Amino acid sequence: MERLLFGDNQFFGVNHMSEDKARAQAKRFQDMNEIMRVLDAAYASGIRAFMCTTHERVGEIVQRTQLDPKRYEGLVFYPCMPYAHKYANAVTDFGMLGAVRNFVPDSGLVRTALRGGSAVATQDVDALIRMLIDAEMSMFRGSNTPVIFLQNVVVDLLLGLGYYDAFATFAEHVADRYQAEAGFITMNTPRLLDALGMIGMENPIICSNINKIGFRMSGGVDAYRAALTERQFQPIAMSVYASGAIEPREALEWIAGLSQVHSVVFGASTPSHIEATCEIARDLALV
Amino acid sequence: MVRIGVVGVGKMGLSHLSILGSHPDVQVGLVCDSSAYLTSVLGKKTPFECVRDYSALLDPKAGLDAIVVATPSRSHYPLVRDAIERGIHVFCEKPLTLRAADSESLACKARERSVITQVGYHNRFVASFEEVKRLLDLAAIGRVTHARAQAYGPVVIRQQGQTWRSRKDEGGGSLYDYAAHPLDLLTWYLGRPQSVAGSVLGTIFSQEIDDEVYSTLYYPDGATAQLSVNWSDESYRKMSTSVEIWGTKGRITADRQECQVYLRDEASLPAGYGLGWNTRYTTDLTQPVWFYLRGEEYSAELDYFVKSVKLSKENNPRKTFQNSFADAAATDAAIEMILRDGRNGRRTYADQAAGTSAPAVVAYPSALRSLLSKLTNALPGRFGR
Repeated sequence: MERLLFGDNQFFGVNHMSEDKARAQAKRFQDMNEIMRVLDAAYASGIRAFMCTTHERVGEIVQRTQLDPKRYEGLVFYPCMPYAHKYANAVTDFGMLGAVRNFVPDSGLVRTALRGGSAVATQDVDALIRMLIDAEMSMFRGSNTPVIFLQNVVVDLLLGLGYYDAFATFAEHVADRYQAEAGFITMNTPRLLDALGMIGMENPIICSNINKIGFRMSGGVDAYRAALTERQFQPIAMSVYASGAIEPREALEWIAGLSQVHSVVFGASTPSHIEATCEIARDLALV
Repeated sequence: MVRIGVVGVGKMGLSHLSILGSHPDVQVGLVCDSSAYLTSVLGKKTPFECVRDYSALLDPKAGLDAIVVATPSRSHYPLVRDAIERGIHVFCEKPLTLRAADSESLACKARERSVITQVGYHNRFVASFEEVKRLLDLAAIGRVTHARAQAYGPVVIRQQGQTWRSRKDEGGGSLYDYAAHPLDLLTWYLGRPQSVAGSVLGTIFSQEIDDEVYSTLYYPDGATAQLSVNWSDESYRKMSTSVEIWGTKGRITADRQECQVYLRDEASLPAGYGLGWNTRYTTDLTQPVWFYLRGEEYSAELDYFVKSVKLSKENNPRKTFQNSFADAAATDAAIEMILRDGRNGRRTYADQAAGTSAPAVVAYPSALRSLLSKLTNALPGRFGR
């Protein structure tokens, strides 16, 4: 797995600190050429992994890179599914089960499940999870996706519900069908490690906030430090700048002090910011 | 340990269940939903015991200290009433009920039975909105003269909708679903409104419910507020709630990410604040939670409820409660005033306003009003709605 991953929040109006900033970015990046310009800059700085949600516009990005494979040689996508808002809105529109029906091909399986025979229902849940994964993955057909992530809103929902088998189903399916390793995004790393340990998952890839001020590190910085030193997993640090609350050099110096952190995912909306981050990362021997 | 049951496992219920499932002081008792599919899946795949019959939760054998009600709004009243009658503490999703009188009656019953109550107005647990309340209590911006509360988002962006949320009699519509949130913030900050005027409940894409709500609210101390809500606005990625408050000594603007404050009076500066512009970000203000799902506020509100129940079990109850049924009843009363005001649709027309003796607001007998409304609706262009 690459050491430095490029994220996509900035492209889709996600900013945890300011709505105004989020809107300004959304305006700028409604032009696909602007997105590609920033991605090209990341590629030029040596970044080869793009960690992206399954937002419908990511499909366009994938297509652009496939049109010029030589130019994007070695570029890999790390899909993060699902893009939760489209499901949340569909649940409001169609209800829980109606939403599921909306996102998977109209198969007999779903129709049967929706008719509500409870015996059928439970057997079908795994199949349903697989179908939802396939639906989300269709936009990446023909591209390299070595790690496929489950988004934190789903991971943490399942974690709290104690529905740990779903993690195994996810990992099995992405391995079987896409020859990919499963990754889990979470805001609750110590707790997730316990859960994955209980279902026997070894050395999992876990992406979570790891930053100097402990922003959205549930369980606390100390519990994260303990997990990093005592547990066997592949940690990816996100939100290392805590949405801009920490200066880049200070943030990355702190990360560099955590030798167990395997990779860092970061977002940036200008070529100069990307290069600045890459330079600091090189300085600190993070890459 | 607090033993809690959950009724209704739709979007909010599942989220609450997950947060409760991870709470160190909570034992999830029973989970109840009318859907056989959901109860069957949850029953098999999670550690929770699931039932379809609500009465099982009220049975003393279930041993529940509290329940979380997250069913469609119309069902809140009977479910909550029955729980209170059995002395079970209740956390109910918003709005509390669809009739202000019902909400008042539940608040009253809960008081009589010493039952702890809370409603899921999670914005009161969003750090930046809490900061606004703190600043207002310190009178940092002096006497409040006006407030604007808004909520926009992309819920209904085309003509469809098949769930209870699209049905009026079930409590669907942007007034109950969206406007309730900024209204609740106004109630928190400014108290109960005395009157409302100029309310508009408009449809954009929906068949029978409102997609946009606008209203002016008047408060006893002379302050006014404007409410502006539209859930058919695709330019927002997700629901976005904000407030802006003007006072004699400054102004506050807040959303869930940040709280911006302009202060002009040196004498009453709160600690850490300076003259002119101040910005506090969510990263500075938000307290960490033990488990995070969708936002700290959802964990914080349930933690608050669990602690309230725990303290009460230890005979050491809190003195005051955040988001109690009484608070929510005040918000429901404001909702009802806007509904009534929107229906009577009084307006001042150009020809009436021009004459110096014409009253500012013209009230017509209802038959005439209905005729007028039909006529104006039939007119094309700028006269029609």
